[in-house]
Amino acid sequence: MGTRNYRRKTSHSEHGPGDGGRTGSWRVERPVLNTSLCIPCKRNAEACFMCWLFCPEVVISRTIPPAIDLEYCKGCGICAEECPTKAITMVDEADFTDEDKDKE
Amino acid sequence: MRDHKKLKAFELTDEKDFIEIRWHGRGGQGAITAAKIVASAAFVSGYLGVVMAPTFGTERRGAPVMTSLKISRRKIYDLSPIEKPDIIVVLDHLLLAEADVTCGLKPGGIIVLNTPKAFESYNFKDYRLATADITAISVEAGLPHGMVNAGIIGTLARATNLLGMDILIQGIEEEFRTRNPEKNSLAAKIAFERTVARG
Amino acid sequence: MHIIENGNVAAALGVLLCRVNVIAAYPITPQTPLTERLSEYVESGEMQAEYIPVESEHSALAVCIAASSAGARTFTATSANGLLYMHEQVQWAAGARLPIVMCVVNRAVGAPWNVWNDQQDSISQRDTGWIQMYCSDHQQIIDAVIKAYWLAEKVSIPIMVCYDGYILSHTYMPFDVPDQEKVDAFLSPFRPDYALNPDQPANLNTVTLPDVRMDVRGELAHGYMEIRYLLQEEMRTSLTVAAEAEKRFADIFGRGGDPYIEPYLCADAQYIAVGLGSLTYQLRVSVDVLRKEGIKVGVMGVRFYRPFPDEALAEALKGKKGVIVFEKALSYGYEGALVSDLKSALYDHLAGTGVMPMVQNIILGIGGRDIRTEDLTQALRAAAKSRVSRQPVWIGLKL
Repeated sequence: MGTRNYRRKTSHSEHGPGDGGRTGSWRVERPVLNTSLCIPCKRNAEACFMCWLFCPEVVISRTIPPAIDLEYCKGCGICAEECPTKAITMVDEADFTDEDKDKE
Repeated sequence: MRDHKKLKAFELTDEKDFIEIRWHGRGGQGAITAAKIVASAAFVSGYLGVVMAPTFGTERRGAPVMTSLKISRRKIYDLSPIEKPDIIVVLDHLLLAEADVTCGLKPGGIIVLNTPKAFESYNFKDYRLATADITAISVEAGLPHGMVNAGIIGTLARATNLLGMDILIQGIEEEFRTRNPEKNSLAAKIAFERTVARG
Repeated sequence: MHIIENGNVAAALGVLLCRVNVIAAYPITPQTPLTERLSEYVESGEMQAEYIPVESEHSALAVCIAASSAGARTFTATSANGLLYMHEQVQWAAGARLPIVMCVVNRAVGAPWNVWNDQQDSISQRDTGWIQMYCSDHQQIIDAVIKAYWLAEKVSIPIMVCYDGYILSHTYMPFDVPDQEKVDAFLSPFRPDYALNPDQPANLNTVTLPDVRMDVRGELAHGYMEIRYLLQEEMRTSLTVAAEAEKRFADIFGRGGDPYIEPYLCADAQYIAVGLGSLTYQLRVSVDVLRKEGIKVGVMGVRFYRPFPDEALAEALKGKKGVIVFEKALSYGYEGALVSDLKSALYDHLAGTGVMPMVQNIILGIGGRDIRTEDLTQALRAAAKSRVSRQPVWIGLKL
């Protein structure tokens, strides 16, 4: 099956999970959020959201607490780098059990 | 000193349906504008083929410039510069010494010259000459010194009978509608009257 | 209404009549008066458009690409080194399938620096995926701009409207400026399939892999190769759409002709001169002279260079004794690009049929070298006698 009937003539991609495939499996380190340091969590108010703003894969939600979609998170670590209170740490994927992984 | 009658006016007839006029001036003097006015007047008068091609590139104020004007009963396909003009129009008499303005002018061709010098001081063998002191006439008409491009059209009209003076005057007033239209057309009218021509 | 103006004004009036939304351009001789005129239309309010001044030609086309992606009808214009500076974005606009119209006011490219006319600039952009139209007079310029928008938007391919610098851009001649109502009847507002929209965000032309991929909706989307194949396929079919444009234009404006080629006295001619742009009109004068001498010559103007009208040209030239291709550009190390393309078309369509004409190439007018009609006549006369040379023959050369 080819792309003859595809509705575009150009390279056109829409945002949304999965445009680049299931990229969560690419991860070497996983971002883990400490809600006691996270600004919106502490204040229980819409604030900061630097992780949401900087995530290049748009897998962090603008919610309290921010949720990270591990199905597509590639583990780039930009959120941890940008978080002003160091509420996100990158943890080796090997530290998570298969059970943890199934829960993702 | 007026001697129009002796000038054999250059008339377009069916035999002569293609006229080439080369304009010589200095950058900033308005030769292109003058040629454009004549071009438009020719088109309004029913000549389907009108092409005005300036020489291209490095026009600078004061440097000699020229422009080609071709007028024909039919569409003109050749846009190359005129090599053998029927008429040359010279906006500054000093150009006679500075540039080869008569280059290629056909025998019997007409020279339309703005000059303060007397008609008699020139001797162009093989050519017919028409002169007027457009520079002085233009000042007399109320224009700033050196604005000669409307005036010269009056002399061209007188010398060649190429186009109706009324159409040319209309064209001048239209072109200069925001810059002294009446003074410009007056300069052309005076120049028409004072043109000296023989040949 | 007929007016007498120069070729740049003819182009500007075409853009005005097409109700272009966004203009971005950087001035370069001999294109400058065109963009100046457009900026005046915008300044005076005569034209409801955004005029975006930019710092380079590369940026000019980048602005047009962005504006066109957002659904605006866009225009730019350039010449020579400006076009070369744009080159990366020129390719981009075609791959992105944006219906931008650009006037290329043909001028020689440096080095050495030269502001006068030849056609090396646009010819060097032959393989970028843009449609190229060439004009021979001011009527063709204004009409081509109007047709170009219709065609470009129909096939989603950008178009260069090429006309000779100075010879057309700065020369005054009469031409008809069509009524706005007629142009509106010919050309509807630009409505692209997709325009950038915050409510429907999309990534356009990001890294596109060698192979096809599943998109976010689970549909199989093109890889790079499919997208490029479609550009080629639709470039070829745009010849048919160009014919439709020409017919539609003729119906509304009452003028037009063959969309791809413009023959003059070709039917019974034994030798045919071929070229692009104003040169082919000048050659008509030589043809008239030679016809009076009893030499059966004609001239063929090529109005579309890309897509190349190979079939129409082969059909028109079959059975002729000779074809003489006059060019103001060349592919260094071989010959003129047009003559190579033409020979390829003749081989494709006529090989083995016994009606293949002999082909010669003449290079002239490079860097604005005067093209004297007498020289054209002489070159054509000589070429009609016998093949002058296997190599391109340069005329006007003073070496």
